[in-house]
Amino acid sequence: MTYYEEDDLQRFAEIGKHRPDLFEKFMTWYQACQEEGALSRREKALIGLAVAHALQCPYCIDAFSQSCLEAGSNMEQMTEAIHMASAIRGGAALIHGLQSHNSVNRVSM
Amino acid sequence: MSTVLPVIQPGPQVNGGIDFDEKLAAYGLELRASSVDTLQINVGKLCNQACKHCHVDAGPSRTEIMTSETVEQVLAAIRRFKIPIVDITGGAPELNPSFRYLVPECRSLGCHVIVRHNLTVMFQPGQDDLPQFFREYKIEVVSSLPYFLQQQTDAQRGRGVFEKSIEALHRLNAVGYGVENSELILNLVYNPVGAFLPPTQQSIEADFKRELMHRYGICFNRLFTITNMPIRRFLDYLRRSGNEERYMRKLIEAFNPATVDGLMCRNLVSVDWTGRLYDCDFNQMLDLGVARELPQTIADFNPEKFAGRRVMTGSHCFGCTAGAGSSCGGAVTIE
Repeated sequence: MTYYEEDDLQRFAEIGKHRPDLFEKFMTWYQACQEEGALSRREKALIGLAVAHALQCPYCIDAFSQSCLEAGSNMEQMTEAIHMASAIRGGAALIHGLQSHNSVNRVSM
Repeated sequence: MSTVLPVIQPGPQVNGGIDFDEKLAAYGLELRASSVDTLQINVGKLCNQACKHCHVDAGPSRTEIMTSETVEQVLAAIRRFKIPIVDITGGAPELNPSFRYLVPECRSLGCHVIVRHNLTVMFQPGQDDLPQFFREYKIEVVSSLPYFLQQQTDAQRGRGVFEKSIEALHRLNAVGYGVENSELILNLVYNPVGAFLPPTQQSIEADFKRELMHRYGICFNRLFTITNMPIRRFLDYLRRSGNEERYMRKLIEAFNPATVDGLMCRNLVSVDWTGRLYDCDFNQMLDLGVARELPQTIADFNPEKFAGRRVMTGSHCFGCTAGAGSSCGGAVTIE
């Protein structure tokens, strides 16, 4: 058995089975976020792709890769978005090195 | 309707056997033509290219080509019924020996003439004067360029096509096509390079205008987004790549009832290289002729009989109703 099944993406609505009210609220909010606003759909799709990589969610990576293509992005742009997410994630890890330094300095002569 | 919503939205369960007419009926719709204002003439399957998405399955080895006798029958129908718009396609229509007879004749009959020109045919023997020929007869030129980058274009249309296409666009611009304040119209066509839907027409048109001007100094009038139809060579690709079910589900889930009014089959009749009639070029490639009760050939054509006709449909029709819709003139609904 694998933990992630591609077909589960289509079954997402089943999450609403036990608390449909909460799922409905989520979907309303989720869909409203996708609409064109101060940011274009293409920009939002690229943000979604970047966040999906930061979260390493295979469903979201699949969904937002398709969304980016269908919003007119090319692989160069999508790869830059992925690098942005990765760089920020890497930087966020690296800055915590100072926590380590602080911890070591606290007990060092 | 958005085509970019990630697919986590809960939708109806899709099965492969969903019927297009039933889908229309569920929205209280029926697909019937209005009046015929366009005759789309497919003059044959011969082409200098063999694009991976081609619904015609056109290529250099195809021999199906409209004869001069059939061309005369087509012209007789245009003359008799004063059809205002003629849309000439193929294959590469310029490779039909009657092409340079058909075009001036249509113009002399007062038709607006559109030629679906693949750009690279300009570099075939005896075709280098095509920009001047198009200009002389004030042809509306519609040319496929799936992307403003080489990798995507060559992946769909063949190695070296992008470079030649750019050179051809320069030559068209040089004689006045697509240039600001010129009456010579040059429209481009975007097809997705793969199993996904096109972006919104306005957004990708803006990208093409910016990038083609910035990178190559090329200008054009409009960009038409056209969805890849799940038939013939593109269907082969979908099957080979394991994308057929997913692509069909995508088309069906993106069904947009607002597109139905503007579908090209409502105003167009398509004639094939033998003179047989169809509701559109896609039906032509599926050998799905017009309704049995109608005249079947251009020799018997009468637009009055075709007005209000029942349009023949199949699952491929979901390609024209997905998202913003798709037609020979691009998106059907503009957001």
